[in-house]
Amino acid sequence: MQIGLDIGSTTIKIAVLDDAGTLLFSKYQRHYSQIAARILELHRELMTKFPTLRTARLAISGSAGIGVAEDCGIQFVQEVFAEKICTEKLHPGTDAVIELGGEDAKILFLGRHFDARMNDSCAGGTGAFIDQMAALLHVETDHMNELAQQATTSYTIASRCGVFAKSDIQPLLNQGAAKCDLAASIFHAVASQAVTGLAKGRPIEGRVLYLGGPLTFMSCLRDSFDKILNIKGLCPENSLYFVAMGAAFCAEHEVEFASLPAKLEAAGKTHTFEHMAPLFKDEAEYQAFHERHLKDSVTISTPEKAKEAFIGIDSGSTTIKIAVMSPAGELLDSFYQSNKGNPVIAVRDYLTDFYQKYPHCKLLAGAVTGYGEDLIRHAFGMDYGIVETMAHFYAAQHLEPEVDFILDIGGQDMKCLKIHNGAIDNIFLNEACSSGCGSFLQTFAEILGYSAEEFAHIGLFADKPVDLGSRCTVFMNSSVKQAQKDGASVANISAGLSISIVKNALYKVIRPSSKAAIGQHIVVQGGTFLNDCVLRAFEQEMGLDVVRPNIAGLMGAYGAALYAQRRYRDNPKLSTIIKLAELKSFQHTVKGVTCGLCNNHCHLTINIFASGKRFISGNRCERPITHMAPQDDLNLYRQKLELLKALPNLDTPKRGVMGIPMGLNMYELLPFWQGLLNHLGFKVVTSPIEDKNIYRKGQNTIPSDTVCYPAKLMHGHIKWLLEQGLDHIFYPCMTYNIREQGTENCYNCPVVAYYPEVLHANMRELAKAHFFFDYLGLLHKKVLVQKLYELFHKEYADITKKELHKAVEAAFGAYDAFEAQVKERGQRIIALARAQHKPIVVLAGRPYHIDPKVNHSIDRLITTMGAALVSEDAVSSHVTPQELNTDLHVLNQWTYHSRLYAAAKYVRENPDMHMIQLVSFGCGCDAITADECRRILEEHGRIYTQIKIDDIDNLGAAKIRIRSLFSAANLFDLDTN
Amino acid sequence: MQEASPITTQADFVPFTEEMRKTHTILVPGMLPIHFSLMQAALTSCGYKVEVLQDTSRAVVETGLKYVNNDICYPALLVIGQLLHALESGKYDLHKTALIITQTGGGCRASNYIYLLHKALEKAGLEHIPVISLNVSGLEKQPGFHVNTSMVRKFLAALLYGDAIMYLTNKIRPYEVIQGTTDALAQKWLAKLGDAFTSGKAQALSNMKKLTKALASEFAKVPIVSRPKTKVGIVGEIYIKYAALGNNNLEKFLQKQDCEYMLPGVLNFVMYCVDTYLTDYKFYGGSFLKYGANKGAMWYLKHLEGILHSALDTPPFSAPATYEETKAMVKGVIGYGSNMGEGWLLTAEMLELVHSGYTNIICAQPFGCLPNHIAGRGMINKIKEIAEEANILALDYDASASPVNQENRIKLMLATAK
Repeated sequence: MQIGLDIGSTTIKIAVLDDAGTLLFSKYQRHYSQIAARILELHRELMTKFPTLRTARLAISGSAGIGVAEDCGIQFVQEVFAEKICTEKLHPGTDAVIELGGEDAKILFLGRHFDARMNDSCAGGTGAFIDQMAALLHVETDHMNELAQQATTSYTIASRCGVFAKSDIQPLLNQGAAKCDLAASIFHAVASQAVTGLAKGRPIEGRVLYLGGPLTFMSCLRDSFDKILNIKGLCPENSLYFVAMGAAFCAEHEVEFASLPAKLEAAGKTHTFEHMAPLFKDEAEYQAFHERHLKDSVTISTPEKAKEAFIGIDSGSTTIKIAVMSPAGELLDSFYQSNKGNPVIAVRDYLTDFYQKYPHCKLLAGAVTGYGEDLIRHAFGMDYGIVETMAHFYAAQHLEPEVDFILDIGGQDMKCLKIHNGAIDNIFLNEACSSGCGSFLQTFAEILGYSAEEFAHIGLFADKPVDLGSRCTVFMNSSVKQAQKDGASVANISAGLSISIVKNALYKVIRPSSKAAIGQHIVVQGGTFLNDCVLRAFEQEMGLDVVRPNIAGLMGAYGAALYAQRRYRDNPKLSTIIKLAELKSFQHTVKGVTCGLCNNHCHLTINIFASGKRFISGNRCERPITHMAPQDDLNLYRQKLELLKALPNLDTPKRGVMGIPMGLNMYELLPFWQGLLNHLGFKVVTSPIEDKNIYRKGQNTIPSDTVCYPAKLMHGHIKWLLEQGLDHIFYPCMTYNIREQGTENCYNCPVVAYYPEVLHANMRELAKAHFFFDYLGLLHKKVLVQKLYELFHKEYADITKKELHKAVEAAFGAYDAFEAQVKERGQRIIALARAQHKPIVVLAGRPYHIDPKVNHSIDRLITTMGAALVSEDAVSSHVTPQELNTDLHVLNQWTYHSRLYAAAKYVRENPDMHMIQLVSFGCGCDAITADECRRILEEHGRIYTQIKIDDIDNLGAAKIRIRSLFSAANLFDLDTN
Repeated sequence: MQEASPITTQADFVPFTEEMRKTHTILVPGMLPIHFSLMQAALTSCGYKVEVLQDTSRAVVETGLKYVNNDICYPALLVIGQLLHALESGKYDLHKTALIITQTGGGCRASNYIYLLHKALEKAGLEHIPVISLNVSGLEKQPGFHVNTSMVRKFLAALLYGDAIMYLTNKIRPYEVIQGTTDALAQKWLAKLGDAFTSGKAQALSNMKKLTKALASEFAKVPIVSRPKTKVGIVGEIYIKYAALGNNNLEKFLQKQDCEYMLPGVLNFVMYCVDTYLTDYKFYGGSFLKYGANKGAMWYLKHLEGILHSALDTPPFSAPATYEETKAMVKGVIGYGSNMGEGWLLTAEMLELVHSGYTNIICAQPFGCLPNHIAGRGMINKIKEIAEEANILALDYDASASPVNQENRIKLMLATAK
C-alpha cells in the first residue's frame, strides 16, 4: 500500500493506493491550520477503514507539509515534482498542467523541456484570491460559478493581487454592476494572471490538464482558461489528488502506522517563532485600558422624542454607515452594516424603516461621503456631498477640539490626516498596494474559523504575539502560514496581525520622521480600531494614549451629519431628501455600457431610478453626460500628445519605413529620432498611443511580473508594429539621457535604459525583423555619428558619416523645437490659468506618464475638477542649477528625477501651484524621488500628493486624493456642485 | 562616461575629519564574512579603527523598516538597519563612532544609499555621526579618510584572498570526510592572512603568489570522499547573493539539502565595474584620461586574476573561467552596454556556471530590483535557449518574503535538477 498526504496552504488531501496504483481511498478537507489534529483524524479514519494495516509507504507533500515531514522524519516530496510524477504516470503525453491551489498557482510544462513555474511572492490569482473576491461579493465561493454562467458583460479587473482587485471591484459594486458579470470578470482575471504571470512567454498548447480545487469545482474558470489559451483543457478524474497520488508514487519508506500519533505530538512542541511583547501584562491592565477608553464618547440617545435631525451617510467600500444626529450633536440612531455589494438597497431599507418608525422626526438636511457618494446622493436626493477625509476631520474635531492627528483605518483604506491650526494640513492615504487594512483581519478570522469579534478577543491576552512584519496582505498570508508551521496559537496570530496592521500604518503609510512628529492629540477611528488589540498595539507602538471614540466605526457618517448641519445653519433651505411616498415606489435598475465617445472606452454604469432620473458612473470625463468634447486648453498632458502626433514625417521615403514603439523614453525622444530618421530618408511609423488592447497583445512575453507597467506595455507596442508588417524597428538602448543643467550626471533608470534588451531576448518574433537596439548616447555628437554609422552600415552601406552628421544636427534641431513648444504651451497654460484665477496642478512624473494608458486619464479628471494642468518639465527649467542643488538630500544624477526635484522647488515658491506626483507601481527609483519631493514641499508647509498607478483602470482612490488635496488647500468649494 | 561635475552645494553633512581617525571606531555593515574580515585587517593596517557588524537578527530588519522608505531595495534597508541598530544598541560611544558605506555611482538607485543613510540618521536624531563614503569616483568629500593606492591595493588583496578561500571551501566542504575540517582550515588561514596584513606584507604581488599557492595546496590536502551532490550556482544582486542576512541563510540551507554550491568571486565584479568605464567611453565618449586610468586598473586586476587562477589550478581543483572568458559567453545574448547594477555580468555568470556544471542556478535578488528585470529575469528565457540544461530559479527577497515559500521553490528546483 502507498499513501500520499498533500498538505496545502488551506486544505489537506490524502490518497491511499494499492501497490498496483489503484486509488482505494481519498479525502479532501480544509485544515484551518490545525494540521497535526487533522492528520490524527485521518489516521483514525484509516485505522477503521483498513483495520489490518500495519505499515505503508508514506510520503508528505504540499507547501505546509515541509515542517510536519521534517519533524516526523517522513519523506517529503516537493509538490510540483509529485504532480509531474503523477501526470506522467496517469496521463502520459500531457503537454502542460495548470494547477490553482489555495495560495499557489502553478504551470508545468512536461515533455522534453520540462519546466515548472510557481507564482512569485507578489501574485494573487489563486484560490484564496477567489475566496476573497467571493467574500467581497457576499456570495459563497461555490456560488461564484453559477453566477458567472449568467454573465452578460465583463469588466477589466486586476488580479495581480487581492488588494488591487478589490479596489477595482468595490467601486464597480458601488456603482451597481451586476454580481454575475463581476464573477465572470474575476474568473477571467484569474486566468489572465495565471497565464501571463506564469507562462512568461512560453506558449501553452497541446494537451492541457486542469488540477486543484478551484479548477475542479468551477467550470466557468476552466472556460476562462480555455478562452484565453484557445484550447480545450481537460479536468481529469481525481484532479484534486494529483499531488497526493504523486507523493504516494514517490513514497519509498515503509512507515509504522502505530508510531504516527506520538511523532506528531512531539513535533508540535519543537518549534519557535519570532514574537513580540504581549499586549497586556494582565487582566488589570486591560481593565484600566478599557475604562479609559469608555470616556471618549458621543452621547447616545434615541429618535423617539426628537423633532429634528440631520443625517449623514458614509457609503464606504465594503460597508454602509448611517448616523442620525440631533441638532445638539447626540447620536440618535445609527446603522453599520456590510453593504452586501449594493449600497442603494441598504440605504433604501434604512430610510423606509426610519420614516415609518419615527414619523415625527424631521430630517433637516443630509450629506453623503465615501466611495458611493455620487450614487447615493443621486438616488436619494441627499443635499450635500463631502469628501471622506473632510467628514472624518469634522467628526474628530467635534470630539477632541485640540486634535492634531487623525488615523482612520477602515475595511479597505487607511486615512491619516494631519491637522494644523484647525485645518487639514496634510493627508496620507494608503497606496493601493498596502491597503489591506481592516478587512484582512476579518478575512483571516474567517479563514481560521472565527468571527471578527471573537478573533479580536482571543488576541488580547496572547503571550507571544507573532512577528509578522509590516507589508501587504498577500505577503501576510505566507507569514501566517509560516507561523502556523512553527506552532503559533490562534491567539498569538490574532495579536500579531493586529500589531502588523499598526506597523503597516505607521511605517508604510505615515512614515513619520519621529513619533513626536505625528502629534500629541491623536484620534483613532474606523471600524478596525474597535478591535482592542489594534488599539492597544497602536498605543504601545506610539508610546502614547490616544482617543478612540465609542462611535469609531461611524465617524465618517457622523462627520457627514455634522457637515449637513453646518451647511444647513449657513443656508437653511428645504431638504431634497427623498420622502416615504417616493421610497415606496423607489426602483433602481442598473445597466452597464461601454462609452464609445472617445478611445478611452470607459465602462459606464447607468443607474436608472423610478423617477426616470439617470445616474452615470465610471466616466472619466463629462462627455457621456454633457455630450461635449473635453476641454484640453488648460491641459498640457493632452497638448503634448497632440504635439507628438503633429510631428512632421516623410510621406515618400527613399530608404524605407522604420517602426518605433511608442513608450518609455520615446515620449520625449521621438522628435529626435523621427527627425534623424526623416533626414536619412526613412518614414517613421509609431505604434498607437490610444489603442487599449496594446497591453494584451504582448502580455504573454513579459518575463518579469514586477517590472513597471510602462515597460510591460512595450511588448505590445512591438507586437503591433510587427503585425503591421514592419520589419525594421528602431529602439536604441540608452544608459544616458539628455543632459540638463545642474545635474551631477544624466542617467536613465535601468529599465528605461535597457528595456530593448528584454524585448530582444523575450520576443521571438523580433528575430525575424531588423531590430536596431544598439547602445546610443546623445552626449557626444561625434561618438553618436560613429555609432549610428555602425548601426546603419550593415544594411544601408550608402549612408555616409557626413550624411549622419547632418541628420544628427537636424535631430537636435527637431528635439529643441519640440521642447521649446512644450515650454511655450506650458507658459501659456499658466498665464491663462492665472488670468482666470484657476489653481494650477503640476502633475509630475516621467515623460511616459502622459500616455493615457499609463495615467488612466487622471489629467482630465483634474481639469474636469476645475484646475489647469502642466507637466513637470514645463516648470523645472525655471529653477536654476544653483537653486536646484541647494539643500538637496539625494544624489542628483538621473535626468527625469532631477526635473521632479526642480518642479517641487518651483511649486513651493508659487502658492497657486500644487504638485501631484505620479508614480508607477514597481518603480524602485521613485522610492527615492517621492521621499525627496515630499521633503522639499513639506519643509515649506506645502502638501505633497502622490498617486500610484498600475494597470488598474480605476480612479476611485485617485479621485479622493485629488479632492482631498483641493479641499485641504481650500481651492474650491467642491461640494456645492 | 560622463564626468561627475563639481556640485558641492548639497546638504552639509558632518565630515569624517583627520582627528576622528584616531578617536572614532568605524562601523562596517557586514556582507561576506570571509572577505570582510580580511578587509577589516586591511583597513586596520591603514590606521583606522574598524568593526564589521555581525548582527543578523530580525531587529536589524525592523530597524531598517523604521528608518528607510519601505519601497527602497532590500539591501539598502538591511545595510542601514544594521548600522542604525548598532548605534541604538548602546554598545558604542556615539561621539566616537563613524559609519562607512559603499557608493557605486552608477545608474542603479544603489548609488543613493549614502543619502538614505543620512536621512535615516536624521530621523533617529543621530546626524552628528560622520559617514564615510567608500568610492573611487570622489563622490563625497571626507578629509580624514583617504582612498590611496596603498589602501586600494590592500583591499584588492583582501578580495583576492577572500575569493580564493570562498572558492576552495565551496569546492571542498561538501565532500570533507570529517565535518568541520574545511571551515577550521579557513579560519586558520584568515588569522594567518590577518597577520600578513598587519605586517604590511599581504598586498605584495610576490607574497600573494606564495600565499595563495600555499593556501590552495593546504586545502587540497583536506581528506575528501566522493558523494553525489546536486550542484547549485548562486548569482544575483551582490548583497543578496552574498549576505546571509539578505538571503535568509541560503548557503546553510543548501548545505542541509546536500548540495555543492558555487558563488562567483568578488574580483569579477570589481573588474566589471572598471570595465564599465571602458565600455561607456567607447559607446558614448568621455574623458580620455579617465579611460587611461581605468585601462591601467584593468591591467592590474587581470594580473591579480592571473595569480588567483594559477593558485586555484592546484589539483584536484581547476580554475574557473577568467573574466574575459566569462564576458565572451554573453556575446550576442546581452549588450556590454547594459551595465547598471550587476548588468551583463549577471547573465554571463549564469552561463559560466552552467558551463562549469552548476546547471541549477538560483538568481537571488531584492524584490523589484531594477537592473535584474533586465539582466536577471529578462535573460532567463534566452539562457535556456542557448543552454538547454539550465535550471534557473529567480528568487525575490524582501522584509516580508517568507522563508517557507523560498525554500519550497528551491526544493522544487532541486527536485527537478538535472
